[in-house]
Parts: sequence; C-alpha cells; structure tokens
Amino acid sequence: MSIELVANLAYIVSAALFIFGLKMLGSPATARRGNALSSLGMLLAVSAGLISSKTVGYEVILIGILIGGIIGALAARLVAMTSMPEMVALFNGSGGAASLLVGWGTLYLGSDSISTFTAATIVLAILIGGLTFTGSLIAYGKLSERINSAAVVFPLQRLVNSLLLLAILSCAVLFALEPSATSVYLYALLGLALLLGIMAVIPIGGADMPVVISLLNSYSGIAACAAGFAVNNNILIVAGALVGASGIILTNIMCKAMNRSLANVLFSGFGAAKTAKAVEGEVKPISVEDAYYILEAASNVCFVPGYGMAVAQAQHVVKELGKILEANGCEVSYAIHPVAGRMPGHMNVLLAEADVPYEQLVEMDDINPRIENVDVAIVIGANDVVNPSAREDADSPIYGMPIINVDQARTVFVLKRSMASGFSGVDNPLFFGENTRMLFGDAKESISGVIGEFG
Amino acid sequence: MDIVFLTFILVLSVFLGFELISKVPATLHTPLMSGANAISGITLAGAFLAAGATDNAMASWLGGAAVACATINVIGGYMVTDRMLGMFKSKRGDQS
Repeated sequence: MSIELVANLAYIVSAALFIFGLKMLGSPATARRGNALSSLGMLLAVSAGLISSKTVGYEVILIGILIGGIIGALAARLVAMTSMPEMVALFNGSGGAASLLVGWGTLYLGSDSISTFTAATIVLAILIGGLTFTGSLIAYGKLSERINSAAVVFPLQRLVNSLLLLAILSCAVLFALEPSATSVYLYALLGLALLLGIMAVIPIGGADMPVVISLLNSYSGIAACAAGFAVNNNILIVAGALVGASGIILTNIMCKAMNRSLANVLFSGFGAAKTAKAVEGEVKPISVEDAYYILEAASNVCFVPGYGMAVAQAQHVVKELGKILEANGCEVSYAIHPVAGRMPGHMNVLLAEADVPYEQLVEMDDINPRIENVDVAIVIGANDVVNPSAREDADSPIYGMPIINVDQARTVFVLKRSMASGFSGVDNPLFFGENTRMLFGDAKESISGVIGEFG
Repeated sequence: MDIVFLTFILVLSVFLGFELISKVPATLHTPLMSGANAISGITLAGAFLAAGATDNAMASWLGGAAVACATINVIGGYMVTDRMLGMFKSKRGDQS
C-alpha cells in the first residue's frame, strides 16, 4: 500500500468523523462529544496530511505548530465568555490567512508550469482567504470596540467598491493567463483581496454583526475549499464545504431574524435611509424597592437579555435572581431573540456560563404566543429586539423585524443605564408604554439591589 | 486527481452540509459556529507540502506561517468550543 492510499483512507474516516461531529453538535446532550469526535477527525486528517506530503524538513512545521498551538490554547483558555464574539472572529481570520498563505505558497512549489485551473483555484484561495482575514480583523475591532462599531459610509462608496471588484477581476484573469510566483498581478491581487475585506465590513454596523460573523465563518470554509483545489487535497474540499454550508445556513437564519435580505445587510449602511417617527412620551421610572414588591407577587417572570447584559457582565446576578424567584414559587424563563447580542447564540452561551439550565432558554417563537401570561418581562440591555416600532411603524428602519412582544406582557421592566437610544439609533416606544417601568442604572447593580431586597 | 472528481466531492459535501446543519437549535448556534470554525483549520493538512520544502525558502516561509495560522484556528477553535459546551447544563444536573 502506498502512503498516498493510506492517507486517502484516513481522509475518508476523518470526513466521517467531521460529519458525525457536526450532527452531534445539533443537540445539547451530545454536543460536547460531537466536538471531541470532530477534533479526533482533525487529528487524523492532519497526521495523514503530514505523512503523505513527502516533506523533507520538519523544523518549520514543528515551529509553526508550536507557535500556533500555544497562541490558540492560551487564547481559548483565557478569553472571557463575554468576549467570545471577537475571539471567534479572530480564529476565523487566522483560518482565512492560512488559506491565503497555502494558495500563495503553492505557487513556489510547481517546478513545471501551473495549469490555468490550478491558477484559478490559487486566485480564489488568496482572494477569499484574504477577504476573510481582514474582514475578520475589522469585525474583531468593531466587536471589541477598538474601532468605532458604527457603519462607515462615505460618498461614492459603491463606485469605489465596484472599481475594486473590477480591478480584482482583471488582475485575476491576467494572473491566471500567465501564472507565476513573481507575477505583478499576484502582488496586486494580494493587496486588493486584503483591501476588499476591509471595504466589505466597514459599512456594516455593530447590531448586524451576527450576520457578518456567520458569513465570515462561511467564507473561511470556502477559502479552505479553494485551497484544497489548489493543492489537490480532497479532505480540504470536504471539510471546507461543510463549514461553508453551515455558515451560509447560520447567515440565513440571522437575516430572517432581522427580516432583511443578505444584500441589504451587506450593502446598506444601517439607519442611513429611513428615519423613524420621533417617539415622545413620558417614562415611568421605578425604584429597586418597588420592583421588588412587584416581582415578589409575580408568578411568571421572563427575562429578555440583550447585548447590554454582556456589557454589564450581569448574567450571574440575573441567574441568581431567577433562582430566588423560582424558590418563591414563580415560573422563570429566559426569552432569547436570535440576533440578541453580537453573534448567533451569544446570550445562550452567557446564560449557560451562569449555570442556567438550557431547558429554561426559550426561543422567540415559543414565548410570543404566551407572552400575555407573563406577569413581568424583565428587559436587560436589549433594545431593538423588543422595539414595538418593528411591528407598528412602517417608517422605522427595523420595520418588519420579528420581535419579542414584551409590550404585551402584564408589566415590563426595562433595565437601562440612561435614556439614550439603542445600538441602531432607533427610538423605542416601549420605554413610554403604559405598562412599562424603567429601572435606571447599571443592570448588574440594579439586579443586585433587587436580590438584596429579597434577602 | 482530475477536476471533475474534485468538483463531484465538493457538490456532495455542500449538500451534506446543508442537510446536517439545518436543524440546530438556537441555543447551540455559537458552539456550532466555533466548532465549524475549528474544522475550517483543515487547511493545516494542506500546508505541510509548502512548509516542508527545504529547497525553496519562500515556500517554506509561507507554508510555516500557514501552519501557524491554521494551528491557531484548529487548537483555539476546538478548545473554546469545548469550554463553551462544558457550560451547557441540563436541569436534571447531568452534564451534557
């Protein structure tokens, strides 16, 4: 048996492990084992890749694995759960960079002339890999608030982007016609691909980040796929395609949850076009003490968390309050909007960190039909996902987005730092609602205060 | 391997991917994403060829950098996913 054959058999096994692993990630009870299976598949595929690559020098490989392993392990261990979105963005970016480098490096290997097809796949690997790399870095910057997370729009943006795409296309064609490692068009492509990633993500605002992250996730898979074509390796194609497909599905779920098309998210600077009706009214503040009296008498309480909960690191006190309410004979649930937070499932992870059992986390479609039976809906740092304008005001930029109808609960507590408008700059009539009480201040302190009253 | 064969694999994998993921509950979206992200580090398996080329310094440099980037993706991705999934607990108290 040749080494080639052994490696290919190993690839088949690892592809099966990836598939089983992803399948098991579909249920909370089996997800952890699924992830372990998938990592086993990765170990097998990487080992097979190593023995079959006919390498002569292992020093560079060892050093690379050592450096990457240490960085990856440290990052994974040290990151706070609230910073998970930017961490995922960074890992994504490094995956994209790897595909770009593989595509580029392959050019130096072919002693004989490179076919047009291989050249085209190298172009794709460089292009998608580079786009994923810088796009993820920008997403990281926006998510960690290192750069302004608002949408960046400037005059003639579309024209500039169209010219950029045109330039990429011409360079790609010119390079593929005469592929060589020293081609000027190659360097132009590298630069343009990196630029494209930046241009693609800057016009997207912070509230749309769940879409961007899932889309970049998909790109990193497609980039791996392209690299697989470039180096003739079928496990790269299989695994890359699986990741690409899963990213597209998540992207689609996120878009649906905002009632927007992908094109609308990607190309329109959010909130630029439409202006919502100015909402006016009187807010009714409530003290911690009064909040306690209402909660003490409630028999059904639903928490509705948003990004503000992550910012205030309030998940642990929220859980504590939930536990106290349960001990008080109250039914407690946590309603989570699909795009609450900055990445798909962001709130679920935070509440899981705080030991909330996953049975208590309910989805929007489950809570809305029975929201009238909820005595108190406690909105913690969420804004757009509970904004009734999405239902009522056709001029609102978020009109048509499905929301959690907390305004239909008997009482709504809104925990808010002050009366500034939320992330997308949309006014929220919920704050002026008849049954709404505003609990101003830091969410963590407010909830701790209520817990203190119970004590 | 010829183009048609590789494309064949690609198409089947894409369909399989769509089938596999379409029924994941919202609770697991983040672990799914980071778990899938770790798989995209599979580029590592394709990076060795360039990294091990001792006769070409440039290929070796690029390959080495690719190995490092992909390893960050793989190790970091799997570890962070495992850490997250370790926190998902059921009411009955058994660890999931």
